[in-house]
Amino acid sequence: MPDALLLAHDVRKRFGGTDVLDGISIEVRRGEVLCLLGASGSGKSTFLRCVNHLERVDGGFILVDGELVGGEVARGRIRELPPARVAAYRARVGMVFQQFNLFGHMTALQNVALAPTKVKREGKAAARERAERLLERVGLADRMHHYPAQLSGGQQQRVAIARALAMEPALLLFDEPTSALDPELVGEVLDVIRDLAASGMTMVVVTHEMNFAREVGTTAAFMEDGRIVEQGEPKRLIDDPAHERTRAFLKKVL
Amino acid sequence: MSTHTGTPADLAELARISERPPVRRRRPGQLVLTAVVLLLALWGAAVIAANPRFDWPTVGRYLFDVSVGRGIAISLELTVDAMAIGIVLGVLLAVLRRSSSRVARGAAVLYIWFFRGTPILVQVLFWGFAAALFPKIGIGLPGGPMLFSVDTNTAVPLFAAAVLGLGLNEAAYVAEVVRGGLLSVPQGQAEAAHALGLRALPTLRHIVLPQALRAIIPPMGNQVINMLKMTSVVLVIGVRDLLGSVTDIYARNYHQIALLIVACLWYLFMTSVLTVLQSRLERRLGRGVVREAAHA
Repeated sequence: MPDALLLAHDVRKRFGGTDVLDGISIEVRRGEVLCLLGASGSGKSTFLRCVNHLERVDGGFILVDGELVGGEVARGRIRELPPARVAAYRARVGMVFQQFNLFGHMTALQNVALAPTKVKREGKAAARERAERLLERVGLADRMHHYPAQLSGGQQQRVAIARALAMEPALLLFDEPTSALDPELVGEVLDVIRDLAASGMTMVVVTHEMNFAREVGTTAAFMEDGRIVEQGEPKRLIDDPAHERTRAFLKKVL
Repeated sequence: MSTHTGTPADLAELARISERPPVRRRRPGQLVLTAVVLLLALWGAAVIAANPRFDWPTVGRYLFDVSVGRGIAISLELTVDAMAIGIVLGVLLAVLRRSSSRVARGAAVLYIWFFRGTPILVQVLFWGFAAALFPKIGIGLPGGPMLFSVDTNTAVPLFAAAVLGLGLNEAAYVAEVVRGGLLSVPQGQAEAAHALGLRALPTLRHIVLPQALRAIIPPMGNQVINMLKMTSVVLVIGVRDLLGSVTDIYARNYHQIALLIVACLWYLFMTSVLTVLQSRLERRLGRGVVREAAHA
């Protein structure tokens, strides 16, 4: 694993009696964009949440930048990290949610500037200035002082991306970033993610947008029943899937 | 021809008459209701005016009496102190109830069970008679020697007993109000905060509580208004609040009704002020949400 930024090995997760993740192993190198495809319930989002330690893994491990996610090795076992170190880790990994999850009582600008001031202890003025630049970058210079409820879904999601970028993350996770959007708003969000990919940001994107995966992804993986059925170069995987189950899934969504 | 059938055949005619807004149907029921309400109000006013035992001149004489004023001050102080205890302890209990520790959750549930499950009057009496239960309070082992102790009657004067009784009871109700508010904030808000690297306490303080406040303020306003009136139970342990001051006066002059009216007028005045303050606060906290309603 020379320059793998994200390395998952045999990650397992059970909810109740079902294996939601049944041994996920995958590698993402710096600057790569991994697109996770698959039907809902196949474990894509759960895996993404495990990478950010919003879910604890039941077996296997995830390394990000050479660091074990959510745990450390001591006396022959992986032991859970104290909350402060989990928080410090999360501060370096950005996450964008399907439902945006913008803080409703704060303006767009306050949403973006919050974590730098509260987590990184940055000065208010500096954080604000950078938040303004980030909002400009996602095309929302004229919406900085709006509350989330005054913004369209696409605008909210772009604020959410700016909010994640404000922490200067080494890795960005997207959990179905366009699934809650009206069709005409999907493009503006995908454009922002495309720009990020072009700038060399390492990303894992759970998505149903096959065209986007084909065009922006450097790797695509198809998941079913908590396993990666097939992975490879996105164009090849989507246009000429090797596996019968991948073919069946793609037939339904394309 | 369409004029009396109600089904227009001539669209041009319909277009012409539809330029004016439709005539709203009269509601005879509404008129009757208004008349009944007005009559009842008049009748009530007449009853009050015609009965000399309401004794309005005495009401006027004592409305701004100095000892009534002192009673009002005590009532307000009790309200503020007891609410302060209730809110601090109540928020703590609400947070404990959401804790992942079963012991912490159990302790909060037990507290709420006890203080919500026994009458406030009994609780206040208990605190008034605390000295009978624990003659001395201090630090030491139960049944063993005390490192430090004081006489309960000197350490807990009646006013403090009243504040404790009201405050500890209030905490149980505030805990439920706050818990409801915390539940009203979607889980995704805390998750997004955690994903940014915020820890549990900053997430509560900067993200969850401010948004919970919107759901907390209306029932909390209720609690404050209730508390203002509930302070009158401290009469049973001899604290001279607003009600205590008027009972003192009528014990001397036997103008019970007039003095109780004085107390009622003051309680009404104070609760009215609180109601206005509450609606102002609600408007201020509406940031980001009132607009949502306008947006939708």
